[in-house]
Amino acid sequence: MNDMTQIKHHLTDQLMMGYAAGALPEAFNLVVATHLSMCDSCRAAAQAYDAIGGAILETDTRVSVADDALAETLALIAQGPSVPKPLNNSDVSAPLAAYIGGSLRDVKWRSVGMGVRQAVLSTSKLATARLLYIPAGAAVPDHGHRGTELTLVLQGAFRDATARFAEGDVEVANEDLNHTPVAEIGEDCICLAATDAPLRFNSWIPRIAQPFLRI
Amino acid sequence: MFCSLDRSQEVGAYLYQVPYGVLKPIRLHYQKACIPAVKKTAPQNTWVQHLKRIQADEDQQAFAELFGHFAPRIKAFLMKSGASPSMAEECTQEVMATLWHKAHLFDPSRASVATWIFTIARNKKIDALRKQRRPEPEDLEWGPQAEPEASDVLVLQQESQQLTQAMTVLPSQQRDLITKAYFGDLSHSEIAAETGLPLGTIKSRLRLALAKLRQTMK
Repeated sequence: MNDMTQIKHHLTDQLMMGYAAGALPEAFNLVVATHLSMCDSCRAAAQAYDAIGGAILETDTRVSVADDALAETLALIAQGPSVPKPLNNSDVSAPLAAYIGGSLRDVKWRSVGMGVRQAVLSTSKLATARLLYIPAGAAVPDHGHRGTELTLVLQGAFRDATARFAEGDVEVANEDLNHTPVAEIGEDCICLAATDAPLRFNSWIPRIAQPFLRI
Repeated sequence: MFCSLDRSQEVGAYLYQVPYGVLKPIRLHYQKACIPAVKKTAPQNTWVQHLKRIQADEDQQAFAELFGHFAPRIKAFLMKSGASPSMAEECTQEVMATLWHKAHLFDPSRASVATWIFTIARNKKIDALRKQRRPEPEDLEWGPQAEPEASDVLVLQQESQQLTQAMTVLPSQQRDLITKAYFGDLSHSEIAAETGLPLGTIKSRLRLALAKLRQTMK
């Protein structure tokens, strides 16, 4: 990866604990895993929450396994490991590459109006993950959230009323935030976003289009 | 390697249907765990050597000892997470088989053996019980020429043991809430990241271990 020491906006502790505990919907896990691949301080924090899991495993209860469990496991081992498919030549980190089939160049974008394009990724239905392509200088329609929205910048940068978000930065937005992210002039902005409830647009045209666009 | 897919109706499959955003985090007045005085001795059996023996020599005796200690714990974890006894049994064996095959990826400067096994068991739970993929961060490995320094391994293993000790002395209400989160009984919006556990030192230790690893990768 590039030098990611400039990351200014990080995950919350609640999200990192949820990720370690396995309590997040798949779409959130994807954003978290992609950010952790880019940000070592969050990776360290998430691993600290993993360590709580280790402490629970060590101190909590036990249940006897079958008498032949060890022999069965050794037989399973003899069958060899399941080999994951390697993804070569990717321009994104490994967790995201697995969802887009390798490269951002292969993504099939759909227009959502005003020059903005998106691609919904296939995850469990409890939350939605999408890639957003915001042309330099363009804006995503003003919207609010019922639940939580995570937006991770993969390329370029955007600004909203709260701050500037550049490559590797993640914005954690809750229902209190109404915002209009605008891509900076100079480079198109690509983001990975996850939402656990439909966005609420504040003008009526996107609201009508919303059910069709799954945004 | 996967548990059969016709089990989606088993106990536990429903656990994930809680609507997100509806529930508020449960607030407790957290007390800081009182940590027993830090002993500056080498940690007791941390199982690190066992994993090294598996990795280097495919040592089945070392594996059998690890299995004896961890398999019943993994099975309990999976059952508390909603797996039936038979599914938990099957998945436990798969978790332990994964441990064997991935032993070369274990980094004792970044995780205790218990923590590493927990992450494999958690991912198995998400895969087998929830039928979801589990995106994981990009792997970071020590290259063939390098390995973590013994002192870094020792300190991280000690800090993991202290965290485990701190867990045992937490007020029971606090400990119950943390374990509930890790068994999947809380939705992510209910999770309170304030645990009362002293995570600061282990976080900075892990940050340091990652920085050293990154240097060798350049």
